[in-house]
Amino acid sequence: MDWQDSQEQAQFRTEVAEFIQTRLPDRYRSGEENNDETQTTGWQADRKSNDASAKESAITWADALAEKGWIAPHWPKEYGGAGLSVMEQFIYNQEMAKADAPPVGGMGVSLLGPTMIVHGSEEQKAEHLPKILSGEVAWAQGYSEPSSGSDLASLQTRATRDGDDFVINGQKIWTSGAQYADWLFALVRTDPEAPKHRGISFLVMDITTPGLTVRPIVDMGWQEPFNETFFEDVRVSTSNIIGEENRGWYVGMTLLDFERSGISGAIEYERTIKELLKYVNAESEDDTRVRDDFESVRHQIADRYLEVNVLFNFAFRIVSMQNSGMVPNYEASVNKMFGSETHQRLARTGTKVFGLYSNLWSEDSEYSPMRSSFTRDYVRSVPHTIFSGSSEIQRNVIATRGLGLPRG
Amino acid sequence: MDLGLTEMQEMLKNGARDFLENECPEQLVRDMEEDDAGYSSALWQKMAEQGWQGLLIPEEHGGAGFDFLDLCVLLEEFGRALVPGPFMSTVLGGAVPLIEIGSDEQKAEFLPKIASGDVIFTLALTEPSARFDDEGVQCEASVNGNDVTFNGVKLFVPDANVADYIIVAGRSEKGITLGIVATDQDGVDITQLQTIARDKQAEVKLNNAQGQLLGVEGAGWEALGPVIHRYTVGECAYMVGLAQMDFEISVDYAKERVQFGRPIGSFQAIQHKCADMVTDVDGSRFIMYKAAWAISTGQSEDETQMSVNMAKAWCSDATRRVVAHGQQIHGGIGFTKDYKIQLYFRRQKRAELSFGDADYHRELVAQQLGI
Repeated sequence: MDWQDSQEQAQFRTEVAEFIQTRLPDRYRSGEENNDETQTTGWQADRKSNDASAKESAITWADALAEKGWIAPHWPKEYGGAGLSVMEQFIYNQEMAKADAPPVGGMGVSLLGPTMIVHGSEEQKAEHLPKILSGEVAWAQGYSEPSSGSDLASLQTRATRDGDDFVINGQKIWTSGAQYADWLFALVRTDPEAPKHRGISFLVMDITTPGLTVRPIVDMGWQEPFNETFFEDVRVSTSNIIGEENRGWYVGMTLLDFERSGISGAIEYERTIKELLKYVNAESEDDTRVRDDFESVRHQIADRYLEVNVLFNFAFRIVSMQNSGMVPNYEASVNKMFGSETHQRLARTGTKVFGLYSNLWSEDSEYSPMRSSFTRDYVRSVPHTIFSGSSEIQRNVIATRGLGLPRG
Repeated sequence: MDLGLTEMQEMLKNGARDFLENECPEQLVRDMEEDDAGYSSALWQKMAEQGWQGLLIPEEHGGAGFDFLDLCVLLEEFGRALVPGPFMSTVLGGAVPLIEIGSDEQKAEFLPKIASGDVIFTLALTEPSARFDDEGVQCEASVNGNDVTFNGVKLFVPDANVADYIIVAGRSEKGITLGIVATDQDGVDITQLQTIARDKQAEVKLNNAQGQLLGVEGAGWEALGPVIHRYTVGECAYMVGLAQMDFEISVDYAKERVQFGRPIGSFQAIQHKCADMVTDVDGSRFIMYKAAWAISTGQSEDETQMSVNMAKAWCSDATRRVVAHGQQIHGGIGFTKDYKIQLYFRRQKRAELSFGDADYHRELVAQQLGI
């Protein structure tokens, strides 16, 4: 067991860190001058922004990464990726997260591209992959529906064949970033008679196709991270299917982007707790906002610190397994569940530290401790135990797939 | 970075598991609860033949010269098999301080005998105040050359009933002072305590007990630092193995036990407990090994201290959650003495309390965070 980099790993880490340090546009650098909105909307929104400097930052950063082949570090070299090893990808993701640098390419890079590389035709790859890597096309994912959340395979959005086209009718929801996307990949039902997992196809389409409407949803934290997407007789060529017809469920489930989410969460929470500690330890005696005279509050902070360390180890375990050729099973679900629950506990602890002042939502009130970041996170971390497989689903997966308990 | 075991550690682990499944069955664990000595001398000798008492001891003194992380691999298996007896007392409470601060003569005298299984050691640290810090050491020590005389009461001393020697922490005018005290003298009065785990802990009354000075008079607390670190992490390793086994037994039971016409393990109420158990066991394992790694590779004092405190804080609470779930999954049968799951439940509490529970270590974490 070893928690330290090998010499080669350390070398690569330095290379990545120095690159970020030199090339990351100011807009994405952590610091007081960056407002909360910049931090959360990221690259995909910036590239469509009306603000010229935001747009330029997005383009500059994408160009810098593209020079290194680091827009898609995990893709094979023949498709324009960097072909990094599992451990190098991990280090790359760690350093990006440490610098709070926005990943470029969104779901095109993380999900659609790798899926297409496995299941797409040569024509599809030639058409779509270069545009993902150049930052020209951003993708959104259309999986969930109003009546199909955890039970995703029950989805009802219907694609009916009409000559060389599919005609799509139905509705998707929680389509993250669709308002900033150019293309959509979606799971649609192509055979309503077949068992539910076997009548689904994986389709890609231009988001401006007539009949397709994207409507942002305002969440309880006053943000618009996702949308409702409506399909009214949307015509898509049958050549836009990825993989075989009615095998879309298996195409869509090929890749779970667990690795990236694992480590970036741990790094984000570590940064958060360090900022909290810095604030608490620097407070003057007459700062009545900080309640660190309560032992229960001090111990909660210590517990959160412990949990972040446990979470790091869970992420390290996954990459250690992959690096020695093993395929993680329940371990990825443990990461997701424990990470998202730790996130919520951390936000709650922050609100405990500041007591009555945790009412404050405003970033720039003179009364706001730490620019109200914990209050905001307390609200905005709510969906983290829900999306990408709720904590309940993760526990089901751990118990049945991991521990072999019989399905209910 | 690699969180897997080395080939050698895998061999140690698998060898230990096979050995203990044969040599330390549940019946032995139960018999030793009722036994005055609390350990099997036959098993003790066989363990010595495996080289286990001497695992950490340098080769020049008859040991194998392995590092501390390797020992934790072994202790995880000890927890899994609930091995009764004075192994941790002897190795962590005896061999470790001798290796760390023993004179050449003391090392030559005692370490080969520990490695060969010929002597049993223990460490007498705590007193009726039940404190783990230096203030807890109030037993009087008076030094005369290389000799030291102790007067006072040590409490919760593990395996004192069978120990040949006790390393006693006392306080002289110069500060905390350690001595090696033979138990076969009039000045040492040992009374066994009945405990939750039916392990053998004792009150040790020292009345002009004679010993030989270990290390430097007044420098005992600093010398105990590495010992306490290792013993604490050793307890974590034991808890990890214990919790892993409790979890495995409980999952197996949930697959077999049928109610309402189906295995109870098909109910999500049970499944989610099992998912939380594996999360807690795995979380405990890695945070324990991180501390063992920090010790073995000589990370900075600050990092080592923090990782030890974090490990004990986490493992103490997490493994308690595991064994509590284990009891709940078993229902009524788990509450009976005959069924095995309770053996783990009671032993978890002993290890949780040893060298400070989660509250104690969490406070130390908080202090190191500056809050």
